[in-house]
Amino acid sequence: MQKILMKGNDAVAEAAVQAGCNLYFGYPITPQTEISEYLSRRLPDTGGVFLQAESEIGAIYMVYGAAAAGKRVMTSSSGPGFSLKQEGISYLCSAELPCVLVNISRGGPGLGNIQPSQADYFQAVKGGGHGDYRVLVLAPCSVQELVDLTYLAFYLADKYRNPVEILGDGMLGQMMEPVVFRNPDYPDISKEEWVITGKKTRERRIILCFALDPKELEKLNLHLAEKYAEMERSEVLYEVYGSEQPELLLVGYGTVGRILKSVVREAEKQGIRLALVRPVTLYPFPKEILRGQARKAGKALVVEMNLGQMVEDVKLSVEGDVPVYFHGRSGGMIPTVEEIMHRVEEILLKGGEARENNL
Amino acid sequence: MQVETLVGGFGGQGILFFGRILAIAGMLQNFEVSWYPSYGPEMRGGTANCTIIVADQEIGSPVSDHPHLCVAMNEPSLHRYGILVKKGGNVVINSSLIGTEWEKDGVHVDLVPGNSLAMEKAGDPRVLNMVLLGAANERMHIVSFEYLYAAVKDQLSGKPQGLVDHNLKAIDVGRDYILRGDVACW
Repeated sequence: MQKILMKGNDAVAEAAVQAGCNLYFGYPITPQTEISEYLSRRLPDTGGVFLQAESEIGAIYMVYGAAAAGKRVMTSSSGPGFSLKQEGISYLCSAELPCVLVNISRGGPGLGNIQPSQADYFQAVKGGGHGDYRVLVLAPCSVQELVDLTYLAFYLADKYRNPVEILGDGMLGQMMEPVVFRNPDYPDISKEEWVITGKKTRERRIILCFALDPKELEKLNLHLAEKYAEMERSEVLYEVYGSEQPELLLVGYGTVGRILKSVVREAEKQGIRLALVRPVTLYPFPKEILRGQARKAGKALVVEMNLGQMVEDVKLSVEGDVPVYFHGRSGGMIPTVEEIMHRVEEILLKGGEARENNL
Repeated sequence: MQVETLVGGFGGQGILFFGRILAIAGMLQNFEVSWYPSYGPEMRGGTANCTIIVADQEIGSPVSDHPHLCVAMNEPSLHRYGILVKKGGNVVINSSLIGTEWEKDGVHVDLVPGNSLAMEKAGDPRVLNMVLLGAANERMHIVSFEYLYAAVKDQLSGKPQGLVDHNLKAIDVGRDYILRGDVACW
């Protein structure tokens, strides 16, 4: 298979087309605009539709309509643009409509800036919109993984009739790496039973995202909860890297995950044994592997490009068994290998005396 | 092996193309590569930079705290990025535009008059980036030259042959400048 040097944003767009997505609705915002740009060129060739909506809110409801018609559909945005889509995402979850959402996140809060950031973790995994819902969240760390997880995202969306979010950041979107497009041919999931495609001779169907009768709405919530429980049983993905007998466990996802690999290798040169757990699905969260690895290491350091979000889930996962330290940079600052190494040394030297976080 | 290169200059000097050619050459030679551009406030302010990593193992951070090589096409990028270079590393300075003396302990400096070599020896003022790439690659031996040529041909396919030739020639001009050892010193 041929390797191509490609930007993360372009690679997501190409993988989406190969996964059978021929409808895209979006509104431009840095650092993800190349996704729109690529699809505006590519989709007309496939007989699909690229549409720049009047706003992010317009775009997410176009996704809603296309998904209701049974089509593979995607939207993408960043920062404030992705926030604007939250109401629609809640509606999509309620109506059980499959779609893929890409957030190439940037520094916040507010208009923030356009540099890489992981400040949207809470929004992605805890439900950025209203109501009791979950979105399956995939967190790639390289251009190749962006591609592979895009294929997977469309499959999981159909499988669970639920939106799937790809949570990247400006660095992944803007960087180029060699990539191979290997579409794994996930099984086709029939939508015949529920799509709205014109009733003709069959019974009328209605796709709703409300139920005025509280009994009915609770029933919907319980049904959704069953789906989420199934995701937690079946879809957890992660990578474990580094020493088998670590002195300290590192935890980080996406861009930080790959920076932590450099830290593991740098530490090895200095005779320090580190292991890394890199969650690939942020929801469902890889609790069990984290608990096991953290117990083995005796302490954990979570690194994020925010001031402490995933660290809460790590603490919940290890259930107080081991101390969990935190190192975070925000506002578009990228943690360096050097500064993380300082933090590692501090924790290993001072143990219980070490600062809990770098704030 | 892992070589981290940081190239900086004005927008329009071909910084991103420099990076793209080096990254593709590395990929063609079966190395792991990453290319990370400045796309933020720097870009909007008229300067650009790009980090290229070529390695024989999986690349961790695509950003380099302390690159092995800095190619400075203009003065602001020399002062900003040259200082970061690792001990034992190299800085290639475009001496056509940078007149200030610069040195760093333990770092080797090459003064290469990129603009004038591009104009006078390679026949096109636009190919100064390839002159500096040829020089930097001769100094650092990051990739084999045949892959640089292949990357240029690949990236400029469909463009006028003259442009392709000038880019290829520029790589050799930069390489020869280092090989002949007539690199100027302050």
